[in-house]
Amino acid sequence: MFLKEYLSDIYHATKSLLTGMKRTGYYFVHPKEIITEQYPDNRETLKMADRFRGEVIMPHDANNEHACTGCTACELACPNATIKIITKFDVTPEGKKKKALDTFVYHLELCTMCNLCVEACPTDAIKMGQNFEHSVYDRSMLLKKLNKPGSKIREGVE
Amino acid sequence: MFSLQGITSGIQSFLHARFSASGVLIFESLIVILLATTLFALLGLVLVWMERKVAAQMQIRLGPNRVGPMGIFQTSADTLKLILKEGLTPDGADKLLFNLAPFVVMVVAMLLLAPIAFAKGFQVWDINIGVLYITAVSSLSVIGILMAGWASNNKYSLLGAMRSGAQIVSYELSAGLSILTIVVLTGSLQLGDIINAQQNGWWLFKGHIPVIIAFVIFIIAATAETNRAPFDMAEAESELTAGFHTEYSGMKFALFFLAEYINIFIVCAIAATLFLGGWMPLHIGNWQGFNHLMDYIPSSIWFFAKTFALIFLIMWFRWTFPRLRVDQLLNLEWKYLLPISLFNLLLVTVIAILGWHF
Repeated sequence: MFLKEYLSDIYHATKSLLTGMKRTGYYFVHPKEIITEQYPDNRETLKMADRFRGEVIMPHDANNEHACTGCTACELACPNATIKIITKFDVTPEGKKKKALDTFVYHLELCTMCNLCVEACPTDAIKMGQNFEHSVYDRSMLLKKLNKPGSKIREGVE
Repeated sequence: MFSLQGITSGIQSFLHARFSASGVLIFESLIVILLATTLFALLGLVLVWMERKVAAQMQIRLGPNRVGPMGIFQTSADTLKLILKEGLTPDGADKLLFNLAPFVVMVVAMLLLAPIAFAKGFQVWDINIGVLYITAVSSLSVIGILMAGWASNNKYSLLGAMRSGAQIVSYELSAGLSILTIVVLTGSLQLGDIINAQQNGWWLFKGHIPVIIAFVIFIIAATAETNRAPFDMAEAESELTAGFHTEYSGMKFALFFLAEYINIFIVCAIAATLFLGGWMPLHIGNWQGFNHLMDYIPSSIWFFAKTFALIFLIMWFRWTFPRLRVDQLLNLEWKYLLPISLFNLLLVTVIAILGWHF
């Protein structure tokens, strides 16, 4: 009985080692499996993964309209004060005052790309961008205003 | 047909016509020294590049690809960097042993080159106890490693060196026993005789099951003896930083690095000689036509092809298997490899006596 166990040990060990070698051998003879991106060379064709988080962006449509209501949910959700929302009061045609976004201040240098602001946003006004080439010579250039000048909130977004 | 034998005998007769016997010896020694050094330098460059490329492909990476086409000059650039770096000796180190250790390791690797037949009639020294010489000298490299570990005055180095000692003491046994199977079948310790005995087929095929078992055991033991993953207990980057060569830098480190690759080449060359017929082309029994066809490929190409195939196999091991723990390492040797190779030696003796091999 001991001998049987001993031999089956050897058999299973060899089999599992060969399974591993089969895998690496497969990769060796299939160079198309290589996943290396030769970054500066393939900058034009570089395709980032869908879930890659490079920076917070605020999409604007063709009429220069965004979906941000200035509710500051993202500012409250941010763990390290990356976002500062400055609001203003718009006057509607009926003469009523309405809270609206004035400036969406985004400190890229403080952001950890944790995605909490995007999850907190009730109107899907912000999302994570794919750009990762953020290096600049001056720290102050990392401070960004996400809403474009002259933009306003899209009709029907509350 | 291209043959190195013609060149060597040509040089021999050329020298004999002009100098006395001792003069010929001196000149031939100088030529051998030159060739060995060139071979070492070339092997170091080629094998390091090959290892990095193989590793990259197996891990779905590209590997070196910037310095020259496919990165072939990467290793030359690395060597240049290592030559220019300062070779630091730590304050608390034993200066003499510390500086001597890399050279001991290299000299052992060089000594092992002597009995290896690179091609038909192209051998430094066809000593009549070649196999014994190889097993005896190859275990000396542990002395260099122990010297390096002890002299570094560093706990990591010492632990690495001690592990290496335990490893070589263990794995020498099964390596020696698996070499013995070939000695039993051939009846000679001379490497030239062993190669000639494979005229009608390599031992791996002629000796069937027991020789295949011996071959597998020898490859495992050779991987362990050269301190390569999965048996790189002496270095074990994740446990001992770099083990015995933690304190080495510059060219002294490069010598250790080079010696590792030279040792791989040598153990693979020995495995190729013993089990795959060295420079002997692939011959099958009495198929005269096929054998003649195979003879057209030069013997040096056969030798290097076999050796590099085995080197590739060992690299394949390294980039597939995880490192063993020390106790697993010793378990594998004493509980599995040694009993199997002892039994295998008995089996092969019976086969040799009864003539059950081809």
